[in-house]
Parts: sequence; structure tokens; C-alpha cells
Amino acid sequence: MAWSLDSDRPIYAQIVEKLQLQIVSGFYHPGDKLPSVRDLASEASVNPNTMQKAFAELERSGLISTQRTSGRLVTEDVSMIKAVQETIATEQIKAFFEQMRELGYSKEEIIALLKNAIEEEK
Amino acid sequence: MSVLLEAKNLTKMYNSRVVAVNSLNLSLESGRIIGLLGPNGSGKTTLIKMINGLLTPTAGEIYIEGHAPGVESKKRVAYLPERTYLESNMRVAEMVDYFQDFYEDFKKDRAYAMLASLNINTNAKLKTLSKGTKEKVQLILVMSRDADLFILDEPIAGVDPAARDYILKTIITNYNENATILLSTHLISDIENILDEVIFIRDGYVVLHTTVEEIREEKGKSVDSYFREVFAC
Repeated sequence: MAWSLDSDRPIYAQIVEKLQLQIVSGFYHPGDKLPSVRDLASEASVNPNTMQKAFAELERSGLISTQRTSGRLVTEDVSMIKAVQETIATEQIKAFFEQMRELGYSKEEIIALLKNAIEEEK
Repeated sequence: MSVLLEAKNLTKMYNSRVVAVNSLNLSLESGRIIGLLGPNGSGKTTLIKMINGLLTPTAGEIYIEGHAPGVESKKRVAYLPERTYLESNMRVAEMVDYFQDFYEDFKKDRAYAMLASLNINTNAKLKTLSKGTKEKVQLILVMSRDADLFILDEPIAGVDPAARDYILKTIITNYNENATILLSTHLISDIENILDEVIFIRDGYVVLHTTVEEIREEKGKSVDSYFREVFAC
């Protein structure tokens, strides 16, 4: 099954996000070996050069590294993974607040709604 | 990355009046997957036929790895025409052998592996196959070569969406890093994620030659919607 990607945003950036999420969520564990560019490109149905570019971006950020003999590995630096997780969470919360504000809610109202929603989930 | 194909001032006129390709300049690098996109009658197939030596340019030049279209260039170019040219009385397996005899770079095991994963009976005569299956066979034969340049004219138009996915995956996994694939199609949204570059062609001119990520980045649009904008009727 091809990954669901929006064609109106750069594909490599979306792959970076997707792989970040997979690392943060524990789909790939610290120190895990990643599939090859070609295998992952085929799985996602994207151009191998695009996948390569996404990997390069992740390498630059330090989240993955290339080992000459064993391919690409997820970092073992757990605090770095944690930091990426927090960045993603903060962005999502920001986006949520923006949407709520567009709906006309104040901060206090949003918090009250959130409390209710959490209560209901229990 | 080296230049694989170069076209200079390429022109093709039919009946000395109709200009199908008009002083076209083009340079393709190796290791890319390139979409050749344009409305009907824009000159895509005429350009492709000139690259393959099936039409003689009225003016201008084409070089494929330094060779003008001919015997040498045909050893390096694998071409899928828009129409079927397979002998309908032959069986699939016979067609594979035929290609094996014809092309030095043909990989028989690769062809059989692909035929098997698409459940194509190699004993069947070609005339008993459906239109879509015939197209699959033809594409498999072309993709089983170790060519430097693959030119696919409307490769996925006649096949179902599941087979389309399989074919695109086949293109991604099989093509070697130094080969370039030039494919013309109208089904842009189906293929745009596997492209490196696009060439927009209209009235025999190249109106745009850029990377797909640049279109997404600069226009904030998919190649499909940008195409619709550029070629709006």
C-alpha cells in the first residue's frame, strides 16, 4: 500500500515527517536499522531520489546516521528523540488552538472543553 | 550525473505545413525519472519517435550518449510505443525468447519474475489476452532490458489501478541508478510521486522543464493541478 502523501506539498518533507513520527512513536526503536532507500521508496511508491533526500535531511538533524557496514540506523540518543517528540506535540497543540480560535472559543472555554472531553474519555 | 540525451533545434514538419515539433531544445541527465506531459497533439509522440529513429527530423539534431538515433542508440534505448507491435500468433514465452535473441541486455529471469507476479500465463497466445494484459506483457518486455534510457509512451493508460501500482513499483525497484526513464502520460496524479522532473510541452515547444518538488515548493500545487492551470482551455 502506497503511503498517503499530498501531491501539493514537497514529498520529501512529508516523508521526513512520517519517518520522524515512526521513530518517535516507537515503530522504529533507538538503534534500529532502517530499510534501504529502494525498499522504502517502493513501499511508499515514491521516487528513490526523493527518499534519498528525506534520509539526508534526517541525517542532518542527527535522528538517523549512516554506518558504512550496517546501513542506516536510528539514533540511540533518547533525549534527542524526546525533543523531536515535544516539537511535534507543540506544533499540533498550536494548530489545535488556532482552529478553536477560528471557531470563536476563548482560552478559558477551550480549557473547559478539553477537561470535559478528558472526563468523557475515562 | 552526465548528459544522456541532447536535442538541439529539433523540428519536425508534416506535409511541410504542420509543425509538430518546433526548434525544440532538450537535455536529459542520467539517473532520473522524467514525465513528458502535454495536451493531445502537443508533439510528445513525434518527439519520442524521433528519439527512437522512427521519424527523421526536418531540422536539428538528437544525440543519445553521443550517438545519433540508429543501431548504436537502439542498443541503449528501450522503447514502449503507444501501440502494440507484438505478433498476435506468438505465445508469451516465445515473445520473451524473441526479445532475448534481439537485445543483448535482455534479462529473461526478470521478465519471468514480473510475468509471474502479474499472473500472466506464459503459454497463452497474445491474441487471446485482453488489451490490458497485452499492454502489461509489452511493458514487462521493455522493462526487462538493462537499457540506459527507457522511453515509455503512455505506459499505464490501459491497465487497471492495481496493476498500475504494481507497474510503478516495478519501475522504482528495477531501474538502475544510472538509467533514465522518460514517460509520457495523461494520468499525472497517478505517477507524479515517482517523478524527479517534468517536461511540459505545447505546440512542439518545451514550456517548462523543472523538478516536481520545485513545483510543489514554489507553487504550492501538485503537478496535476499545475498542469491544469498551465494548459487550461
